[in-house]
Amino acid sequence: MTRATDRAFAAGVAALAMLVPLTLVAIAVLIVIEAWPSITTFGLSYLTTTVWDPVKLVFGVAAYVYGTLVTTAVAVILAAPVAIGCAIYLTEFAPRPLRGPVAYVIELLAYIPSIIYGLWAIFVMVPVMRGVVEPALQGTLGRLPVVGRLFSGTPVGLDLLSGGVVLAIMILPILLAVSREVLLAVPPTQREAMIGLGATRWEAVSRAVLPYARPGIIGGAVLGVARAFGETMAVTMVVGNSSREIGGSLFTPGYTMASAIANQFLEADGELYFSAIVEVALVLLLVALVVNAVARVLIRRSIADRPAGAVV
Amino acid sequence: MIQSLTRTLALLAVTALIAGACGGASTAVPGSPAVPAAAAPASAAPGAAADPCGIPVKGKCPREATALTAAGATFPAPIYTKWIDEYNKLTGVQINYQAVGSGGGIKSLTDKTVDYGASDVPLTDAQIDALKVPVLHIPTVMGSIVPTYNVPGVTGSLKLTADALAGIYLEQIKKWNDPKIAAANPGVSLPDLAITTVHRSDGSGTTGVFTDYLSKVSADWKAKVGSATSVSWPGGVGGSGNAGVAGAVKSTPGAIGYVELIYAIQNKITYGSVQNKAGQYVEANLDSTTAAADGFTMPDLASLKGQQAKISITNADNAKATPIATFTYVVVTTDIPDRAKALTIVRYLWWSTHEGQVFAKDLGYAPLPAGVVTKAEAAIRAITSGGQPVLPK
Amino acid sequence: MSVAAAPGMTVAIPARHRVARRRRIVERGVLSVLACGTVLAVALLVTILGYVVVRGLPALNLAFFTQRPLPFGEVGGGIAPALFGTLLLAAVSGAIAIPIGIAAAIFVVEYRSGRFAAPVRFAAELLAGLPSIVVGVFVWAALVRTVVGHYAAIAGAVALAIIMVPIVARSVEEVLRLVPQSLREAALALGAPRWRVILSIVLPTARAGIVTAAVLALARSAGETAPLLLTALGNEFWSADLFRPIAALPLQIYRYAVSPYEDWHTKAWGASLVLVLVIGTIGLLLRVVTRQRVR
Repeated sequence: MTRATDRAFAAGVAALAMLVPLTLVAIAVLIVIEAWPSITTFGLSYLTTTVWDPVKLVFGVAAYVYGTLVTTAVAVILAAPVAIGCAIYLTEFAPRPLRGPVAYVIELLAYIPSIIYGLWAIFVMVPVMRGVVEPALQGTLGRLPVVGRLFSGTPVGLDLLSGGVVLAIMILPILLAVSREVLLAVPPTQREAMIGLGATRWEAVSRAVLPYARPGIIGGAVLGVARAFGETMAVTMVVGNSSREIGGSLFTPGYTMASAIANQFLEADGELYFSAIVEVALVLLLVALVVNAVARVLIRRSIADRPAGAVV
Repeated sequence: MIQSLTRTLALLAVTALIAGACGGASTAVPGSPAVPAAAAPASAAPGAAADPCGIPVKGKCPREATALTAAGATFPAPIYTKWIDEYNKLTGVQINYQAVGSGGGIKSLTDKTVDYGASDVPLTDAQIDALKVPVLHIPTVMGSIVPTYNVPGVTGSLKLTADALAGIYLEQIKKWNDPKIAAANPGVSLPDLAITTVHRSDGSGTTGVFTDYLSKVSADWKAKVGSATSVSWPGGVGGSGNAGVAGAVKSTPGAIGYVELIYAIQNKITYGSVQNKAGQYVEANLDSTTAAADGFTMPDLASLKGQQAKISITNADNAKATPIATFTYVVVTTDIPDRAKALTIVRYLWWSTHEGQVFAKDLGYAPLPAGVVTKAEAAIRAITSGGQPVLPK
Repeated sequence: MSVAAAPGMTVAIPARHRVARRRRIVERGVLSVLACGTVLAVALLVTILGYVVVRGLPALNLAFFTQRPLPFGEVGGGIAPALFGTLLLAAVSGAIAIPIGIAAAIFVVEYRSGRFAAPVRFAAELLAGLPSIVVGVFVWAALVRTVVGHYAAIAGAVALAIIMVPIVARSVEEVLRLVPQSLREAALALGAPRWRVILSIVLPTARAGIVTAAVLALARSAGETAPLLLTALGNEFWSADLFRPIAALPLQIYRYAVSPYEDWHTKAWGASLVLVLVIGTIGLLLRVVTRQRVR
């Protein structure tokens, strides 16, 4: 009798558990089906066309991909050094009693809903970007030959740069959490060996610990990238929501794939327009899946035994 | 122990289910579709006020649905939300109107995910076909679109020629002190500041009307961009809804945007006047908006296919008219299967186009001209449920 | 180590000490930079929360919590429908996601020898990486357009549940793995059936971690906006009907934030404060619950 109960229980658990892969497959299939008219109409040109014209019914996702890549790149460039530096400081150098609490406080950032980041960004960050940061950048880096092009044009505040900055703040806690875990997982022998050889603490970290942890830290950065790709609301509120030809400047309004969907999905009527928007979701889905998978492989390799309760 | 965990989960689930059931019960739709038509006449005679479900609307009606979902234009959202509030006090009906933009309203109506939609522009032929069933456009109110801007030092109304407006949005005129703008505004000190154009990022009837106007006055615009609820803008920043555009303009020095008049007024953002067809710079208000419909005959609202251009009142001939004015519409399928909902919609639309018109003035809209009200009444009477007219002839 | 010298005397510092001093300066410089980075990160959090509190407090009054929104442009009213909506959505999505997530974790850990354990685990990882707007698109196409037929709270709850399941599954999986194998074996050796071992031994041992997982998932779902835009739509009226559109705090914050109305801006900050408090309360409950059961 207990065997029957055992089997029933196992079947019940299995049934619920199988909903997970089933949902994943359903999502992939349904999105491909809905995007099919657009896939067949535009084929590969969809990925290279920057034109998005609902009137003439020509659609291409290149401008949105560009916006996503630029904002994510800005986010990682800004957040990674701060996060990794912070993680190093908190695991190696900070006074011991401070380490736990400070790390906890920073990781609280991860619990702030993205809409609140968007709210703060639109009312506090954007005026500062428009009034202070962007003119300053234009005045300094904007004068350099090649790099200067990034900072050309009128600072509006609602542009790719602002999108990148708000994303940077949002992926900071993830990068910090992963980097910390990875660093904590480095065997102490690495550090101790270097110190035994006469290195300063910093040299021990930079020459023994960091290289050891590098794959995991890179994995954390990739995870941050994955998060940045999918972030919708905070970016939508500050990125400008306008796609033009791909310009060279960070000061132009832009669109990310996620914000394009959020803005246009509800009204994309007509079969082709609708399936074009769903195809954006498809591209986003594929990219997010690939990047996530890569990140996890990198992190898992770096952390043999993870501490309990890690939410990574 | 395992018991407490199970208990918590069970409690959670039960709470959710109870809440759902209670909510369902409280907003349950009274009246069934099986009520024979003969037993549910809605009287149109003013003397038959004894029938609570008749028109004009006097109060609650036990047979009508008490909750509706609607989505659409942000252009009339201030007055629609006002009407809904007043109508709720009068009849207890809760109409959940979500201002997602005309494009969203049309799509939601097509997908049947809402009970009715709202749009500033009539459906295109393709959209009418996609619906597969006949639709009615019921005009509710008139309004004007104004150019609103944030130019430091400029606190008054700027005059913009049609040419200048088109040039700005074509990204050909790039600075506020451009000669084309300065020429029409002698005595106004315009700064050497770049213009940031703000447009709608969502599918918008306001965009539809605005681009309709630009297409009429600028061959360049018509060729390069065209007119629709969603176009490929030459540049600028996108805002979500009339509110989003107003918000973007308000917070961005040098910005210009196109919004319904009330959004500029309510938020104390400076707005200008566009030169109309007769060469006058007319300030947008109730009179000038009404003047735009001077001499206008509303076409048959039951069959607008191929006739959409006839509904446009932009670039009107009247010298006192604002150039970018429009009617805004509630769009319903001609036949609404759910009889209770049909009754609610019919009564609400009747109320909006009659008693509701008094609220237009305070909110910067213009009430419907008498001739248009007659056409609206005919359209409302044409609404059927299961083939039977909801209102008797 | 600096070489002490009498004033007026010049002392040649040996080479190894010069190198040592340079390295120490480098270390000190790097440490300052790193410490600054940490201060920056902490400052960010404090700034953001600070703004939420300072700008949100003026919005909080009785009307804010009890009334529904007023027509566009009118000052006053409140966010009661949105607050209730968030709580209801959290409850329903939790009721859906938490059992499924726990079941998936059990399946992966306790039945790991099965053929499907690996695919389930892999699927949970992939699902975790899905952008929430994509989930919204899926639920719109699968539920809003067809099964339910219109925008509805239940669609929003399902979308939130899809986002929550991987969070719950992964966290619970980790905690289950930490339960010592010896516990299971002892119970099995005493003749307990497999299902009994799981329900009465493994799960209670992992209870703190399971609660953590549930709370994390709930906190995340309370803050999600994008999928709700496409599924729950929003509601100006208070509604507990799962088959009608429903309001939610993040939706309200978004619509108010991008509008030009000052009153709405203040309300957006206020609603953000309420949202943070809701999430914070959930987190606090977590601490209380996990602390109580520690032996």
